Amino acid sequence: MSARNRREFLKSTAAAAGAMFPLPAFAQGAAGRVVVIGGGFGGATCARFIKRVDPRIAVTLVEADPIFTACPLSNLVIAGLRDLKAQQFGYDKIAADQVEIQISPGLAVDNQGRTVTLGTGTRLPYDRLVLAPGIDIRWNALPGYNEAAAERMPHAWKAGEQTSLLRRQLEAMEDGGTVVISVPANPFRCPPGPYERASLIAYYLKTRKPKSKVVILDSNDSFSKQRLFQNAWKTLYPNLEWVSLSDDGKVTAVDPRTMTLTTDFGKHKADVANVIPPQKAGRIAEIASAADRTGWCPVNPLTFESTLAPNIHVIGDAALSGAMPKSAFAANAEGKLCAVTVARLLAGGNPEQPKFVNTCYSLVAPDYGISVGGVYQAAADGQFKEVEGSGGVSPVDAPPATRAHEAALAHEWFKTTAQEIFG
Amino acid sequence: MPVARLVTAAALISAFSGHAPAAGPQDAPPGALSCSGCHPTGPSTGSEMQRLVGRNPDDIVAAMQAFRSGQRTSITMERIAKGFSEDEVKAIASWYGAQKD
Repeated sequence: MSARNRREFLKSTAAAAGAMFPLPAFAQGAAGRVVVIGGGFGGATCARFIKRVDPRIAVTLVEADPIFTACPLSNLVIAGLRDLKAQQFGYDKIAADQVEIQISPGLAVDNQGRTVTLGTGTRLPYDRLVLAPGIDIRWNALPGYNEAAAERMPHAWKAGEQTSLLRRQLEAMEDGGTVVISVPANPFRCPPGPYERASLIAYYLKTRKPKSKVVILDSNDSFSKQRLFQNAWKTLYPNLEWVSLSDDGKVTAVDPRTMTLTTDFGKHKADVANVIPPQKAGRIAEIASAADRTGWCPVNPLTFESTLAPNIHVIGDAALSGAMPKSAFAANAEGKLCAVTVARLLAGGNPEQPKFVNTCYSLVAPDYGISVGGVYQAAADGQFKEVEGSGGVSPVDAPPATRAHEAALAHEWFKTTAQEIFG
Repeated sequence: MPVARLVTAAALISAFSGHAPAAGPQDAPPGALSCSGCHPTGPSTGSEMQRLVGRNPDDIVAAMQAFRSGQRTSITMERIAKGFSEDEVKAIASWYGAQKD
């Protein structure tokens, strides 16, 4: 485009923008207009809390699916110990709090005109946009792993049909079969998730198909709550094998036709293959120009504002937020804080220095829970770091009663958080 | 009688000046909004977890001190209590104390 054409183009776009888009509500003197994209632990929390902070702010929650299916505890569904329905929530109570619900994928984000266009064609002007899109799969980043392959080798890393598919495959597997789980290099959603899943699948096999085994092929050399998991595996699941990156655990290609996972020096044949693939921020983050080359969204930890796109905040798994883990607990905590921050910014105020707690339970068996907890705040370099002296995992030597208690607490947490967001 | 009058007058002043107690999410001190991930604030879910809303702030401060020093044991709270200073805990406790169930 020549300089002249470019000028003309910009001029005409600006004119068109003026004609097409109504003035943002904020400019009209109201309390402001916020659009939240993504109705999971981060986004649904944020939308609801903005109304609690200032009911005059117009809030629209955009979500592609009318029913949210939660990932935490979904490994119990895979092991046949929980109904998928127990993972599902609707948006009625959030709508009753005067949040407008739009069930549609977000198709386009106009950063300059501050408008979201939905798949339904609806245009939503905003003063502030909150993106909480969770993760998307980086299809083909692992050679051989595309959407068709996921029908044979489910990822089950976004709960729903994929969760049920993996469950059905485990049920159909003959006793004596091998379940292979491949784990991508960090970062990915729910750091301890693959190991909880391996544990609960091993539990299912031990109780129902005892000649079978589970192999974890890992692209990492260490993992969350590692010592606790490995200690438990030693006593509970002799048929569970963990292959680290250094031991040739990194899967470099998959072939769904032959059900083979390839590493640098080996090939692993699976009867059931759960490929947890490389991930990135949900697609709308890319559309909104809020994702960087890593596929994730860099944010200012003070406000969770995108450092790439103006007037856009990114929370939950999609955000790059230093040491804060990609957990549902963190997304929920960020959702609440982002709501306060957005309301404050709309009112012309300044956000406060945030501080977060994260708590995350994992089940090694239905009555054996372990946890990690931590407190986070932004350090001098602007990244979230764990507060020194705080945090840590469950004691390594704890009696069975403690493990059973933590398993119960995992369910308690889920109920309480789900109630806060959807109830 | 004068006491009752005083109370009524105070209630009126408070109603007209629009000074709600500082208990909304916007008034939450650092860290406070995270607690409700585990500690229920809404209708009861039958959780064994302690409710913080409307509690005597001194009780919350004392509990957090006991967790920090190891006097009181808890699976998760010992690790979390160590991430907060005395002043931060006091602020969080008084914010929850000011809320109504």
